Amino acid sequence: MSVGAGSTTAPADATDMVSVRAVHKVFGHGQEAVHVLKGVDLDVARGEVTVILGPSGSGKSTLLRCINELEEITGGSVVVGGDLMGYRKDAKGTLHRLHPKAVAKQRSRIGMVFQRFHLFPHMTALENIMEAPVQVRGMSKKAAKQRALELIERVGLSDRMEHYPAQLSGGQQQRVAIARALAMDPELMLFDEPTSALDPELVGEVLSVMQDLAKSGMTMIVVTHEIGFAREVADHVVFMDDGVIVETGPPSAVLDDPQEERTQNFLSHVL
Amino acid sequence: MSSSKNLASGNDPVPNRIHARPVPRPGRLVAAAVVLVLAAMAANALITNDNFRWDVVWLYLRDIVIIRGVMWTLILTFGSMAIAVVLAVTLAMMRRSDNPVMRWVSWLWIWFFRGTPIYTQLIFWGLLGVLYPRLSLGIPFGPEFFSFRTDDVLTVFWLALFGLAFNESAYLAEIMRAGLTSVDPGQAEAAKALGMKDGKIMRRVILPQAMRVIVPPTGNETISMLKTTSLVVAVPLTFELTYATSAMGNRQFVTIPFLVIAALWYLLITSILMVGQHYLEKYYGRGFGTATGRRGRGKGPGGRQAAIAAAGTVKEDVNREVTP
Repeated sequence: MSVGAGSTTAPADATDMVSVRAVHKVFGHGQEAVHVLKGVDLDVARGEVTVILGPSGSGKSTLLRCINELEEITGGSVVVGGDLMGYRKDAKGTLHRLHPKAVAKQRSRIGMVFQRFHLFPHMTALENIMEAPVQVRGMSKKAAKQRALELIERVGLSDRMEHYPAQLSGGQQQRVAIARALAMDPELMLFDEPTSALDPELVGEVLSVMQDLAKSGMTMIVVTHEIGFAREVADHVVFMDDGVIVETGPPSAVLDDPQEERTQNFLSHVL
Repeated sequence: MSSSKNLASGNDPVPNRIHARPVPRPGRLVAAAVVLVLAAMAANALITNDNFRWDVVWLYLRDIVIIRGVMWTLILTFGSMAIAVVLAVTLAMMRRSDNPVMRWVSWLWIWFFRGTPIYTQLIFWGLLGVLYPRLSLGIPFGPEFFSFRTDDVLTVFWLALFGLAFNESAYLAEIMRAGLTSVDPGQAEAAKALGMKDGKIMRRVILPQAMRVIVPPTGNETISMLKTTSLVVAVPLTFELTYATSAMGNRQFVTIPFLVIAALWYLLITSILMVGQHYLEKYYGRGFGTATGRRGRGKGPGGRQAAIAAAGTVKEDVNREVTP
């Protein structure tokens, strides 16, 4: 893990799954411009779980969305699995924007789980999970169904597979959403506040699915307010505030012995 | 649980069920009686008035000329709607395009075809052969490959069909745009995150959900189009139902029974269209609210929430578990 803003020279580790370098993100133009990310560096090694904490508006979700190109970054670079996201660099070092089809292909290797699930409401749970393998990978429906049945069992919803999202509880919907992302066999999973929209009694079931996933060796970046989850599952905890990474390290260091005042302040409010 | 079996065997799950006298509403009875008497008067006026000539209505209802008129009306209705739907999807997507030229052209098309009367447009299409006696295919502002007489190729039928379709496409485009806008942007984002390409996202994720909003007004437009086809006399196309019936009526010197024949046919077709629309709405409503569609009706928390929502006594949407 590298810390601090603007350290563009930090070399990417060969085992790094994700390497974010000096990323800036500005929304809007001129007077209206909002500088959300102000030079963020982040490395995530293969098989590691990184939890990003921080107050709302600190840029956590934006950082996550920049990693899988849902937002175009304004400056810096994002490398996932050795691929520069969104651009091609020619021999002279000039950047060329990739065609949307190529970007879609890059995204298909990264799974994402949203705060508000975003399941496809006109498809059953099983159809939601089968959709991307069939439509993006060109997998046969039979093979996709086989895989979907395994995945829905893994998230413990085999008895709900024929249900539409509106017939599922929030926790069940989020578990289907995780299975849907896993169906593409992603190398990396991004979780954007996966439990924030859930009733308190439903949070546990989603977190336990995520914990199993972490144990299976999945590389994960999780934006959450669940400090307990961070303590138990994370290999690294990153604390962000005002568009920069303030503090980073193993959970024991960041959560129990924070060095920065802003981290101490935040933790005193949420713990 | 509303099981009547339970009630009959005395196992009412509500032990202290309320059996109160309803509020007396004498006004309702009076209103119903008045309306029923008025309806009976209207029915009587229709049946007993010999000027309607019901014998003539019955005699000519299934006349071959009339049936042909019905066929032409149906061909014009469905043909022009089919063309209009294709045009409207294109126009709606152009309106949402990043390319300003596309947006502008789409806006201009909708502005023109909504802004002028359909009758005027149809007369105009009928005069196309006068405005442009010859049409040709070639390189724009360059050489021509071949040319033809306008009237030889674009017969009144094609002019009427495209005239109706172009006008309708402007209205349908706005309906489609509303439908596409109604879909939560998070849906496209989730599909993007799965690596789906733009075309697939539109076809597989956005359009099926937009259809729920698009189908009811489009059914309305189809029913409206059924009657609008009677204006193609402006082109002039003279085979469809209204023209066929009124021509027959004029020949026989009895106008009214032939108007009734036309009205009955329009009503019959409209009724069939309404049935079709009902099933389309049910299909595209699957997974939404109380219309749970093909599978798993009423199971899980969704069914419970749906029952509460269906009662209509709760203002906010109880199906939403997320905080907006």
